[in-house]
Amino acid sequence: MRTFEKLEAALEHPVHRGAPKDAATFLLHVGEEALENWIEAKELEPTDQVREGFRILALHRQGAKGDPSFNACRETARELVYHYNLICLDPDHPQTNHRLEMMQLVAKHLVFFIGGKLQVAGLGEFCCAAKPIRLESI
Amino acid sequence: MPDRKDKYKEVAYYHGCALEGTAQPYNTSTRAIAKELELKLVDIKNWNCCGAMEVKNVDPEIQTYLSSRVMSLAHNEMKQDVVMAPCNGCYHNLKKAEYDIANKEESRAVVEKISAKADHPKYEAGQVETIHALDWIKFGYGEEELKAKIKGGLKGLKVANYYGCMYTRPRHIFPEKDQGGESESTSKPHYMDDLLEIAGAVNVEFPMKTACCGGAHTLSDSDMSTKLVLNILQAAEAAGAEVIATECPTCHSGLEMHQIRALKRLSKQTNVKVIYFTQLLGMAMGLSPRKVGLHENVSDSMKFMKQKGIT
Repeated sequence: MRTFEKLEAALEHPVHRGAPKDAATFLLHVGEEALENWIEAKELEPTDQVREGFRILALHRQGAKGDPSFNACRETARELVYHYNLICLDPDHPQTNHRLEMMQLVAKHLVFFIGGKLQVAGLGEFCCAAKPIRLESI
Repeated sequence: MPDRKDKYKEVAYYHGCALEGTAQPYNTSTRAIAKELELKLVDIKNWNCCGAMEVKNVDPEIQTYLSSRVMSLAHNEMKQDVVMAPCNGCYHNLKKAEYDIANKEESRAVVEKISAKADHPKYEAGQVETIHALDWIKFGYGEEELKAKIKGGLKGLKVANYYGCMYTRPRHIFPEKDQGGESESTSKPHYMDDLLEIAGAVNVEFPMKTACCGGAHTLSDSDMSTKLVLNILQAAEAAGAEVIATECPTCHSGLEMHQIRALKRLSKQTNVKVIYFTQLLGMAMGLSPRKVGLHENVSDSMKFMKQKGIT
């Protein structure tokens, strides 16, 4: 499992080289790894189960348990699956490169969001992460 | 639904604090549209903060009370049965308070106790319906009627509709959504898309409609917010959008500010314009950019809209 720095670096350059299915699988795995990081930070074992046929959706569900604000990235995870399906079901589609580009941006968002959430995990609620910082500055 | 047209014709208007400050153009354009469409907005007098994010972090039940007081004012003092909140934060919090008061004994007890101390009638679940500005226009005026009001229109302007994360989340506080038919979708919201399409926009396929903008991080972790926003802006551009349409003041301010910050800090320039959907609708109806407060936005889209022939 790669760190967030490495995940971000992996998404730095366009991935739509080589077989579209491989690139889509790579991006889906980046999303899974980001979620694995989150789950391990909560001292849990990332699940190997799948949901609706995808591990990433099972991982998201596991990560959101007891932490409803984590659902802010639910649709981002689902968008990854949607793009994965689009690309893998019709890799010769004229829009495949564009779809891969969009999928990469979606994967990036998931990495940034979870990375940010991990950074502030010790600071309280994600949506009000400034509180301990404010308290320190008093 | 014809009953909603009657019901939303006059609503209690809860603009909240953002629309008096950073989101003033959202307020200006919402009021301009109301006038144009002859929909009546009755301001809630003596309103208070909905509890926003700050109070919720200290004590969620106090946030529930604060939102309940706004609804109590609308019902008990103004005799209104609909509260329209254009701000996603206010909309979300009022809906959450409604849900908690209906379903949690603890919330009801806190609301009753503080309302008694503050000497006003407590709010009881179901006394008002809270709606967003999108519901208000879509159902209070109606899509067919809106078509007839479009003058000039948006002329094929390519728009990415960005709803942010609070408009549809958590799903359980929005029981009216995901009901099929005309109801809003929590996974792929479309009300803004519907309205702007009527106004002559071409909506692009945008996979980040409900992605987090890092809004609450703007001050505590600006770098992360900049990364999140830059990614949203880049995605909109990659999707072919010329404009990101917004309906949340926190998202809107974040997109505008971090677009500038991304250029300064990361040397990453994006050119997509950030405009409230009410501003776009107003201009499509023939209102001047000034009337919809376009000049009050942080980012300058006046020249762009002029070039597109929309102003």
